[in-house]
Amino acid sequence: MEFIIQLLNGIQYGLLLFLLAAGLTLIFGIMGVLNLAHGSFYMLGAYLAYWLTLKTGSFGMAIPLGLAAIAIIGVILESTLFSRLYQRSHLDQVLLTFGLILIFEELRSVLFGDDVHGVTVPALLSGSIPLTQTLSYPVYRLFISGICLLIAGAMYLVIQKTRIGMMIRAGSTNREMVQSLGINLQLLYTLVFALGMALAAFAGMISAPVSSVFPGMGSHILIICFVVVVIGGIGSIKGALIAALMIGIADTLGQVLLPEFSGVAVYLLMAVVLLWRPQGLFKVA
Amino acid sequence: MSVTRATLVAGLICLLLAPLTGATFYIQLFSKIMILAIFAMSLDLLVGYTGLVSLGHAAYFGAAGYAIALISPKYHAANLWLTLPLVMLISAALALLIGLLVLRAAGVYFIMVTLAFAQMLYYLFHDTKLGGGSDGIYLYVKPELSVAGIKPVNLENPLHFYYFVLALMLAVYFLLRTILASPFGRALVGLKVNEQRMRSLGFPAAPYKLGAFVLAGTLAGLAGYLAACQFGFVNPEILSWHYSGSVLMMLILGGMGRLYGAVIGAFAFVLLQEFFASQAIFGALAKHWQLGVGVFIVLVVLLLPKGLAGLLEPLEKRREPRTGDA
Repeated sequence: MEFIIQLLNGIQYGLLLFLLAAGLTLIFGIMGVLNLAHGSFYMLGAYLAYWLTLKTGSFGMAIPLGLAAIAIIGVILESTLFSRLYQRSHLDQVLLTFGLILIFEELRSVLFGDDVHGVTVPALLSGSIPLTQTLSYPVYRLFISGICLLIAGAMYLVIQKTRIGMMIRAGSTNREMVQSLGINLQLLYTLVFALGMALAAFAGMISAPVSSVFPGMGSHILIICFVVVVIGGIGSIKGALIAALMIGIADTLGQVLLPEFSGVAVYLLMAVVLLWRPQGLFKVA
Repeated sequence: MSVTRATLVAGLICLLLAPLTGATFYIQLFSKIMILAIFAMSLDLLVGYTGLVSLGHAAYFGAAGYAIALISPKYHAANLWLTLPLVMLISAALALLIGLLVLRAAGVYFIMVTLAFAQMLYYLFHDTKLGGGSDGIYLYVKPELSVAGIKPVNLENPLHFYYFVLALMLAVYFLLRTILASPFGRALVGLKVNEQRMRSLGFPAAPYKLGAFVLAGTLAGLAGYLAACQFGFVNPEILSWHYSGSVLMMLILGGMGRLYGAVIGAFAFVLLQEFFASQAIFGALAKHWQLGVGVFIVLVVLLLPKGLAGLLEPLEKRREPRTGDA
């Protein structure tokens, strides 16, 4: 039973990673931008959830308000900074987004302070399901898993079945051709970018009640997200989902079974996968 | 004499004379920066010349730091003539081992596998008792350098240490320049520009890249040895991706593929932090120094695509006809 709980935790962590990695892999696969500041949006989301819950008194209100704020920031950033980066080398992108990490981290410190905060689980979801006489599983964690799966499903439908999704897929394969067909690629990029940011922020928001809100939370998760994106194959949403679950489960079980080597486990997994398939599990052409 | 060379010579004279101010704080700060400059130059060989972007370069730096801290006797000085080559050999062996594996990947995947191996090493030292866990270990006595029983340089003395590091930084600079001018170095640049063509000309890519990888790791080991000596202790942070990332930032900030760009980047990166964190200049704002550094970095990317060293270029008289790579 203990094992099942840990497995569920691993899946929940994996699904959360998927939300972050999906945005990262889309932005990287479609626009060719390496965005190190992705983790900062996770952190901003968590802090916004904390702050808006405090101000509005409701976690349910905080989420839509926070997402709207992040989407606006995303659109502004894309049109002022990132749109200049599409033609530049990956290293320039790395340097600029590294600068953004510093700026966001410091803005967070100025606006919200450097303290560690907790967000209470909304009353509706605060219960837990008894599994045995002594063990139970919190409803909120199941809620996170459920909502992540819902988003994953919705993303699949949008990308595979709709017109916008078709443009996104086409844009990642052949930029010039899509443009010459009269599709406004710039608008599409702004949309994808804002969506990616919103997903990262949303992941931060819903994880806030489970893992407290603390400075530097973005940079830890960032590297894990890159690991997920690379294992899954850059640009592949399906790959990101599978890799995220692999990493989530490996990390959680590793911490329980081999606490001394749990940190190594995730990277060992990545090294093995990449040595076996140097282009990730699902290579996108 | 070209503008760039004149600027570099002027910079070197400043470094030679800097200790005359007698400010121990700056002597130690500059020693630290010059060690980072060696580290950044070693990375430039990979990133700027061979086109291999490593995000795990701290592995060799950190491994060397741990090696000297672990092999030094606790209460008396280790012999520099013995330990320095040994430590560099350890870094070289590590780079050879990792290089054999990671060079199978290319592009972004290469960045991530190098990161993966460095992170494994980080967690190995962070989570096990091998090197004192997350607290790290102390190096109580700095290694001693003796020639026939006389000690010309005492590394415990900040001034001696400063000139020792300066000499090594220059040695590394000229060593790399010589190597890069050799057929081996030219082949590395060729591999960066067009690997297919180099292969068809009969240059096997793998051994050349591996050679560059091992050489870069060895020199990063030299920097790691010096850093451990300067601070007298090592902890897992010197293996972390933040450290690999920072040195890459120094390199991009200064300008890649120039060697002196790496030196300029190391100075700019550390001095900027000192500048924006200075209470005397920014008062209460000083604790938010990252904001200033961040804005500065964003502006450099937007306005100076070739890094800070690129500032010197428009000042040069154009001797060569322009090529089409602009």
